[in-house]
Amino acid sequence: MSQYVLRRLLIAIPSLLGISAVLFFVLALAPGDPFSELATNPNVPPEVQAALRAKFGLDDPIYLRYLHWLNAMLHGDWGFSFVSRMDVDKLILQRLPTTLYVIGSAQILALLIAIPVGVYAATKPYSLFDQVANTLAFVGFSLPTFFTGILFILIFSVTLDWLPFVYTTDIKATGIHWVLEMIRQAIMPVAVLGLFQAASMTRFVRSAMLDVIRLDYVTTARAKGLGQATVIVKHVMRNAMIPVVTLIALQIPAVFGGAIVTEQIFRIPGIGSLLISSILSNDTPVVMAVTFVFACLVVLFNLIADVLYGWLDPRISLR
Amino acid sequence: MLDKELRSMIGDVKDGRMDRRAFIKRMVAVGLTAPLANQILALGGVAMAEGASTYKPTKRGGGGALKLLWWQGPTLLNPHFATGTKDQDGSRLFYEPLACWDPDGNMKLVLATEIPSIQNGLLAADGKSVTWKLKPGVKWHDGKPFTADDLVFTWQYAKDPATAAVTIGVYRDITVEKIDDLTVKITFPKSTPFWADAFVGAGAGQILPKHLFADFIGSKSREAPTNLAPVGTGPYKFVEFKPGDLIRGVINPDYHMANRPYFDSIEMKGGGDAVSAARAVIQTGEYDFGWNIQVEDDVLLRLEKGGKGKTVYAVGGDTEFIALNFTDPNVEVDGERSSMKTKHPLFSDPVVRKALSLLVDRESVKKAIYGRAGRTTANFLNGPEKFVSKNTSWEFNIEKAAKMLDDAGWKPGADGIREKDGKKLKLLYQTSINGPRQKTQAIVKQACQKAGIDVELKSVVASVFFSSDVANPDTYPKFYADLEMFQIPLSQPDPSQHMRRYLSNSVATKENKWQGTNFPRWVNKEYDEAITAADMEMDPVKRAAYYIKANDLMWQDTVFIPVMHRLKVEAAANNLRPVISGWANETDNLFDWYREE
Repeated sequence: MSQYVLRRLLIAIPSLLGISAVLFFVLALAPGDPFSELATNPNVPPEVQAALRAKFGLDDPIYLRYLHWLNAMLHGDWGFSFVSRMDVDKLILQRLPTTLYVIGSAQILALLIAIPVGVYAATKPYSLFDQVANTLAFVGFSLPTFFTGILFILIFSVTLDWLPFVYTTDIKATGIHWVLEMIRQAIMPVAVLGLFQAASMTRFVRSAMLDVIRLDYVTTARAKGLGQATVIVKHVMRNAMIPVVTLIALQIPAVFGGAIVTEQIFRIPGIGSLLISSILSNDTPVVMAVTFVFACLVVLFNLIADVLYGWLDPRISLR
Repeated sequence: MLDKELRSMIGDVKDGRMDRRAFIKRMVAVGLTAPLANQILALGGVAMAEGASTYKPTKRGGGGALKLLWWQGPTLLNPHFATGTKDQDGSRLFYEPLACWDPDGNMKLVLATEIPSIQNGLLAADGKSVTWKLKPGVKWHDGKPFTADDLVFTWQYAKDPATAAVTIGVYRDITVEKIDDLTVKITFPKSTPFWADAFVGAGAGQILPKHLFADFIGSKSREAPTNLAPVGTGPYKFVEFKPGDLIRGVINPDYHMANRPYFDSIEMKGGGDAVSAARAVIQTGEYDFGWNIQVEDDVLLRLEKGGKGKTVYAVGGDTEFIALNFTDPNVEVDGERSSMKTKHPLFSDPVVRKALSLLVDRESVKKAIYGRAGRTTANFLNGPEKFVSKNTSWEFNIEKAAKMLDDAGWKPGADGIREKDGKKLKLLYQTSINGPRQKTQAIVKQACQKAGIDVELKSVVASVFFSSDVANPDTYPKFYADLEMFQIPLSQPDPSQHMRRYLSNSVATKENKWQGTNFPRWVNKEYDEAITAADMEMDPVKRAAYYIKANDLMWQDTVFIPVMHRLKVEAAANNLRPVISGWANETDNLFDWYREE
């Protein structure tokens, strides 16, 4: 087992190197530079812009810039934002708690909806409940988050005036009021993200359950005279959850990416909105760092999923 | 011309010794047009007027929180590193200049006690130096006194190339010396009629505290902790900053202006887009003020109905224009298109250029796109008022354009497109990707089609169009098209920088890596002379006349077809009284903001 993990980690190194190289070259080939906004400012002579480019090494050949970046990264230096003139790791760490809070809550909400609904629907396939749940799930994952986000804003903020639609990180309250306010402003983004996730996850849980529920050992369990609840929870769900756990693990990096749009709509100062604004202002070191973090997350969670798989189902051996 | 005579004549008119009509007659006799003469008279003897304040509250504080929404949030708080106006706006909450600009483009004092003028002896008669008197008793937020040393330091800081300040252009050629603790003298290398660039306004003028930045000059500049946690002299003290997301400040109880500021705390939130920012201010009232609301007027009108806020407009000198290429974008000479060695095959006929300007329906563009945020104009230079020409005019007339082209020999071919000597009137018209710009393109294209001109539209992503990427063919300085449309903001109430861009020796070429500022590649000796003369001219009347002449030359030659004089659009809560100048950053007059009870 530990040998397997070690081998996987070693394999991850060349793939991360490859990913970083591709990312770097694609970003370098993309047009525009971080100081382009200065071009239309008549106060700033063009040679100043050229000097800035030279100072930040933007005129060096691409492969040199990549090697510089790689070398710095190996020393734990994530780079330096051109636009904010501060270290990239600080920028990212500043944004991380908000993203974790919103995405974490959304993921929990999704699980809280998907598992009970999926399980119950599978126990009574093609019943009215199952039909309704299926229909809602289809609607849920057909509607993109930018649409539901705006719809929620129109209904709950503009028309009903119940919830704020600008997310603030500094709530001027303490104690319970602070917690309540924190929850209140997160309701809409968490609901938008969570419901979208829940929709596809419900379908997945249902089909995983259906696969298992027909197996012989379930019939045996029933024949032993065990009650419906025990059969479902103890025998069926445990086995059906194996693919679901893998799916969730693999989805986590994707969720970080999927939150980008939602973060933009609700002005949530998370990693996603940092990525968007950095892309728009051509702040390559930040874009590079954020995308690289995403790449690492994908590799890492793939590994975690594989390890979990073997642990949940001893029939699968890892060599 | 005859400066002394002109001066004394203006004096005569002022004192009633000469009748206005007689003055204009004499001016016309020496070759000036009547409107120009009128204009000269209007601004005769007017030096720089001091801006008036509309501030009403009679005590400091008590106004609660002021919540600002900047849909592009500031990403750093050192004004000398600002990559965009958003960063200047954010820094300006805490740092201050000596003076700023009011909505009419007049100077308003902040950290200085007197506006320099030749009359009070602070401005040298030859325009080669200016002396500023600093307000006594001003303290930085950490309690240290503000003195002339801070100005001298800010100058040294910004002009050091290793600091990599974006304001280096303003400071590198001047000399700043300390006369005493509260007096500094700025010396210019040559006569400088617009002497209010260094230390004035939010763009380049914000003054840094020497005691906190002294160890971080030059290459160490990026390590300064104060880059992200400013200590200034402004109305609000810094509390917290999250790049791109949030700035927070609290009232400065020791602020140096009486009864100011009004608000107890300030918050500037970043992120999102302009439409939802307008919504949060005008419709739901979650925020007090929304910055740069570039949203279609229809949408704004709808939001304003029964809303909690309104739009606020500020007149500046921003002109949306279509530039004509005077060189051939389709022929490559020495690895460069639009080379100065070529002439534009179609635009070398002035009739074609004139006809094109008749085909831009500015009234429709205003009605369909800009609404309240635009004014139609014939001029390239639209402000400040004293520099605006009254000699120009514009019209939209397809028949007239068609007739002009007919008369000049441009006859419609079999496909309906006009041609002459085998050259077809086919034009490539480029701009950046931006809703209003694409709509304007469509309006122009339609009119051109009716007149037998074929226009191909092209739109380029803004980050490419405005970049200085030498390798990219789609940037505006390269101008590999026949027409291109955008605007260059006029960031100070003076046209000198703006108009200097189009000097003949500033053409953008391969040789200067397209860093030349004259992108239409228009060469006109008369224009060069007028601009050079204006750059040395200390007499405000004559200087204005030079710029008006320069504008008129551009109009006669149809270098630019002005599409719209654009106003700044902001959103504000109904009871908020913001002071917004078209000549300055939105937060430049923040100390004068208050809420009507």
